[in-house]
Amino acid sequence: MSQKLLLLFCLLISSHVRAELTIDITQVVDGATPIAIAPFSWTGQQAAPENIAAIIASDLSRSGRFEPIPEADIQPPPQWGQPLQFSMWRARNIEYMVVGGMQLRGRDQYVVQFQLFDIKQGTQLTGYSISSSKAKLRKTAHKISDLIYQTLTGERGASDTHIAYVTVVTDRGGRKSYNLSIADADGYNEQIIFTSAQPVLSPNWSPDGKHLAYVSYSRGRPELYVQNIQTRIAKRVAAYEGLNNAPAFSPDGKQLAMALSKDGNAEIYVMNLDSSRLQRLTRSYGIDTEPAWLPDGSGIIFTSDRGGSPQLYQIDINRFGRKMKPQRLTFEGNYNARAAVSPKGTHIAMVHRNEKGFHIAVLELQSRYLTILTDNRLDESPSFSPNGQMIIHATENAGKGVLSAVSIDGRATQRLRFKRGDVREPTWSPFINSN
Amino acid sequence: MIRMRYLVITALMSSLILGCSSSPKKDDDAATGGQQAGAADQRYGADTSGAASGDPLTDPNSPLSQRVVYFEFDSSEVSAEDRGIISSHADYLANNGNVAIILEGHADERGSREYNIALGERRAKAIQQLMLLQGVARKQIQVISFGEERPVALGHDEESWRLNRRVELLYSGQ
Repeated sequence: MSQKLLLLFCLLISSHVRAELTIDITQVVDGATPIAIAPFSWTGQQAAPENIAAIIASDLSRSGRFEPIPEADIQPPPQWGQPLQFSMWRARNIEYMVVGGMQLRGRDQYVVQFQLFDIKQGTQLTGYSISSSKAKLRKTAHKISDLIYQTLTGERGASDTHIAYVTVVTDRGGRKSYNLSIADADGYNEQIIFTSAQPVLSPNWSPDGKHLAYVSYSRGRPELYVQNIQTRIAKRVAAYEGLNNAPAFSPDGKQLAMALSKDGNAEIYVMNLDSSRLQRLTRSYGIDTEPAWLPDGSGIIFTSDRGGSPQLYQIDINRFGRKMKPQRLTFEGNYNARAAVSPKGTHIAMVHRNEKGFHIAVLELQSRYLTILTDNRLDESPSFSPNGQMIIHATENAGKGVLSAVSIDGRATQRLRFKRGDVREPTWSPFINSN
Repeated sequence: MIRMRYLVITALMSSLILGCSSSPKKDDDAATGGQQAGAADQRYGADTSGAASGDPLTDPNSPLSQRVVYFEFDSSEVSAEDRGIISSHADYLANNGNVAIILEGHADERGSREYNIALGERRAKAIQQLMLLQGVARKQIQVISFGEERPVALGHDEESWRLNRRVELLYSGQ
């Protein structure tokens, strides 16, 4: 455990859209790869509309795999289009360097170019030229981060993705508003897609990233909705007597798992979204809730207290839709709940209680080995990044709900603090193929 | 609209309640004792609230004035003391078939939100079950759970958590 606890970055950022947030990288690891991101050349008359290099550095840093070299140590900065002095940078022990530039080519037509160099080898590893509108410059920077990440780690980066979460804002009169929001993975560009004076919870992405399922109390009790993010049109999909909770899209997007209590207590059901037909999966006297699909759709992990305390169970569904007897997965401690399955189905993240509080833990399914990743008192709602490398979750800081992200090896953590209200229930989007 | 109707019905019922509670049909010691004391106070004008005089629902000395039941962490077990209070409410409801009640289940903030909603529901249903056994009609009781979404105490400590693990008994129209 050669970790150094330090406050590396404290970027106070005020986005042009509503969200105001601070990202603290609270813990980084010695093993992160140093990388120099040179300031992007800009030839425009006015100040550059975005600091592309800073966005890339922040993305790579948050991934926990890279340690960007401070800009002050990249002097004199290499210029886009000029030959790179490999020997000079090699003498300063810099391994990788990104050099780039941005030009304005026409009305709202920007071109962002970059090259990634292996300084030791004296070679270019990759390079791209990307057209962008002004509004898409942050997204373009995230794409560049992902290209760099993929080139150097062999795995897909998750910077050009989104998170959904719920914020609760209390006005001066004590009235609460519950907002379901979507933002870029770094918290920028927040858009509120649904607001209610009643509780909103459990957002869940459809696998194509176009819909969110959630629970809303807007009619006085918990009911399930599926909302189109683009059109904002929401459809109520379950309003049975009792609970209509914990929605989870199947990997093919055609079914929605949920917890209903219409037949007594909370049980897991799967609804075919075309026909609205329900299939009941569990039958127990205990609470059964919080279904999470295995990525191949072959089964569901859920929380049940049938054994006396909340624990995770797996129920397999064979290809004829027949359900099998649930198998218990967790045995450590008296509280393991709210499973999130990693994109490859190899790990289960959960809320795990030990003597110090409620933490995020990860169970490796093959070895059944449980690792506790966080050490706050009130951690909840884990969600994997689509590349499986990070887990975002909710926690409490100074009496407020905040979001935090931790690498799956537990070595890099960061906190996303929003200026307004409590933030909770983050859920990371799938990879979205769009421009 | 519905709430208004219940309010009117409750007011109309209030004159009958004195008679009911001084000669209870159910043989439950705690409820009988409590209701008699409450009724006696009203009879002698000790109820100074002024509102709907004679209605045990508004009598601060009636066991029916207890509208919150508390629970241990991750538990829906009702304590012996609270069973007495619930029994008084059940008695009242069984004798006043037009009165409706909402049992609103809650949990403390710890652990996962969805599990807490199911837990809040189970707490409310534990009370519902006791009431049904005492002859309250199913249609008189509505169960709803808010889990940890509506805390009454906003701290992040044992005392706040204790106060938030609760079921609230809400009479329609009140």
